[in-house]
Amino acid sequence: MIRLTAMFSLLASTAMAGEIWVTNEKDDTISVISTDTLEVIKTYETGERPRGILFNSDYSRVYICASDSNAVQVMDPNSGEILHELPSGDDPEQFVLHPNDKHLYIANEDDAITTVVDVETRKVIAQIDVGVEPEGMAVSPDGKIAITTSETTNMAHWIDTDTQELFANTLVDSRPRHAEFIKDGAEMWVSSEIGGTLTVFDTATQTEKAKMSFEVQGVHPDRVQPVGFEFTAGDTHAFVALGPSNHVAVVNAETYEVEDYILVGRRVWHMDFNEDRSMLFTTNGVSGDVTVIDVEKREAIKSIKVGRFPWGAAYRPTGS
Amino acid sequence: MKHLVIGALVGGVLAAPASAEMTLNIGYLRVEQPAPPTLSNLDPIPENNGLAGAQTGLADNLTTGKFLGQKYELTVTEVFEDQDPLAAARDLLSASPYLVIDAGPEDIIAIADLAEAEGAVLFNTSAGDLALRDVECRGNLLHTLASDAMRTDALAQVLVKKRWDDLVMITGTHASDLSYAEAVRRSLTKFGLDLNGEKEWAFDADMRRNASQEVPLFTQDFGDYDALIIADEVHDFGRYVLYNTWQARPVVGSEGLTAVGWSPVIEQWGAAQLQSRFEDEHAREMTAQDYAAWAAVRTLGEAMTRTNASDRETLRGYIMSEQFELAGFKGRPLTYRDWNGQLRQPIAIVHPRALVAQAPLEGFLHQTNELDSLGLDRPESKCEAFQ
Repeated sequence: MIRLTAMFSLLASTAMAGEIWVTNEKDDTISVISTDTLEVIKTYETGERPRGILFNSDYSRVYICASDSNAVQVMDPNSGEILHELPSGDDPEQFVLHPNDKHLYIANEDDAITTVVDVETRKVIAQIDVGVEPEGMAVSPDGKIAITTSETTNMAHWIDTDTQELFANTLVDSRPRHAEFIKDGAEMWVSSEIGGTLTVFDTATQTEKAKMSFEVQGVHPDRVQPVGFEFTAGDTHAFVALGPSNHVAVVNAETYEVEDYILVGRRVWHMDFNEDRSMLFTTNGVSGDVTVIDVEKREAIKSIKVGRFPWGAAYRPTGS
Repeated sequence: MKHLVIGALVGGVLAAPASAEMTLNIGYLRVEQPAPPTLSNLDPIPENNGLAGAQTGLADNLTTGKFLGQKYELTVTEVFEDQDPLAAARDLLSASPYLVIDAGPEDIIAIADLAEAEGAVLFNTSAGDLALRDVECRGNLLHTLASDAMRTDALAQVLVKKRWDDLVMITGTHASDLSYAEAVRRSLTKFGLDLNGEKEWAFDADMRRNASQEVPLFTQDFGDYDALIIADEVHDFGRYVLYNTWQARPVVGSEGLTAVGWSPVIEQWGAAQLQSRFEDEHAREMTAQDYAAWAAVRTLGEAMTRTNASDRETLRGYIMSEQFELAGFKGRPLTYRDWNGQLRQPIAIVHPRALVAQAPLEGFLHQTNELDSLGLDRPESKCEAFQ
């Protein structure tokens, strides 16, 4: 009996406490959700139209794309205080932090440019011409390649992070939205919102390896629009937000087959997991809430009201 | 006649593309149409209405093209009232089979019937007339401007949804007013709504008394109704009807709640980006005709991007195929109807300050594509040129 209790307390302590930070695009705020209580525990003010959000590797800083303020804001996540702003170019929407924790690659949606900013010197170190309306951003785990996807040009642009120049441009289906490297960088995935597909590239050759499409019962295929996606532990499955179809798809990352669809809130956009990836938090723009999904059961277990038009989501641990 | 070529300089952004450089020349023909006098000059029609959209489409194509070794050029010809539009069209068609047209419906048909236009790919960006998508359709003519019928069907869906089914209409006397009114009658029948009164606005002078005195009397004998439809496509008198009607009822149609192919108030579906790009370039808001011209130029760009070809057989074949889809900032892929060449697209229902709804509205079902609940569906169209 005593031994059992000890085991439970051990389990409890390994399940780290944490928070999901959600940007509310039309409220100029961040809602902080506790992954323990599944409630909003804090709300912080940001610049105008916050969208992309990410933490640095030790979670001591949170970076926020304040799109209509034309700045990336740097916040102390413990106090909610905005420490300073980084020059970001016009209309920053999404970004990604290089594994060196120094270089931020920012998509400037209005200018067809990717801006590279050094977060320490706070200077722009490169601006790279890309296609019309750059949005999705990714960087390979080894830090050698950065990706920008452009929504109207319909390409993934491959950036050499040593030279800050493009070395390949690959066409994808209409309105690419989000990109991720997985399997130690061997594969690069891109979602195409209007095309309704997910394309898998072989990173070494930049060639298309697989393409997936989605079918949600009772929803016209035109309205099944993949946007954000994230991978479960070990990159075995992808959870894919399908926008106005109000569903998240579960994709097997080995067979490239869709295994499940989960009903969530309206216009599901981006997402992040908790620490052990047992729970997934999706932002639902139109319904103004976050759906919590039990990853193992593949079920929505709760919706949490946040601000107006929640957009991005990022996890940070707090329990240690 | 005024000619100008908008250049297509391509920067060396990329390590040499695999394919040889390829250039697509697109003609743009604007035939001046006399604008009838209107009671108010509050909203002048921009001089570059339509052309500005084509230029933004060209810029979008050029940005994409530089990564693929593809270039685009837009050759613009403007024809004024005393000049021959057909001669100008022949000139443009001798240089390129791709022609974006801003003209009245008669001129568009005459251009499509030119010997030089055989096998060409023409885009109607200015005439909403139903006949061009019906008995008067042409196999070489595509329509990126939404037809009047698509717009009035969209409006009718809102009326059904609101249960505003007892309707009256005031119609202007210009040709475009009459064809819009005809489209309204057709849509009301299609969606089972009743038109219980019609009056013609035929004042041959400026209003003798101000609107607040004139309009209540003019609308008094309609009796009771749910909504008043205005057919005033030249925007002459309609703006004075709002808030001046005898009955306190909503005003819809050409004024008030309007159904349009594009509007500056559309900001969803990434549209805010297209709007701000357009406004940066042209220092004004984007109109429905700008949007139609943008969509025409982007259609050609999308076809060349995907096929890596510039010949008309390949591009037209691709544009009319199931593979084609244009991301048009309306929340769904846009495609062409293979029975009459109309660009299938959602229609925005707006007032001047906000988007109210987007048609097709939820609940209006269709056996293949809900977008075909708007405008001439396959069984309704008498167009045979596409068979």
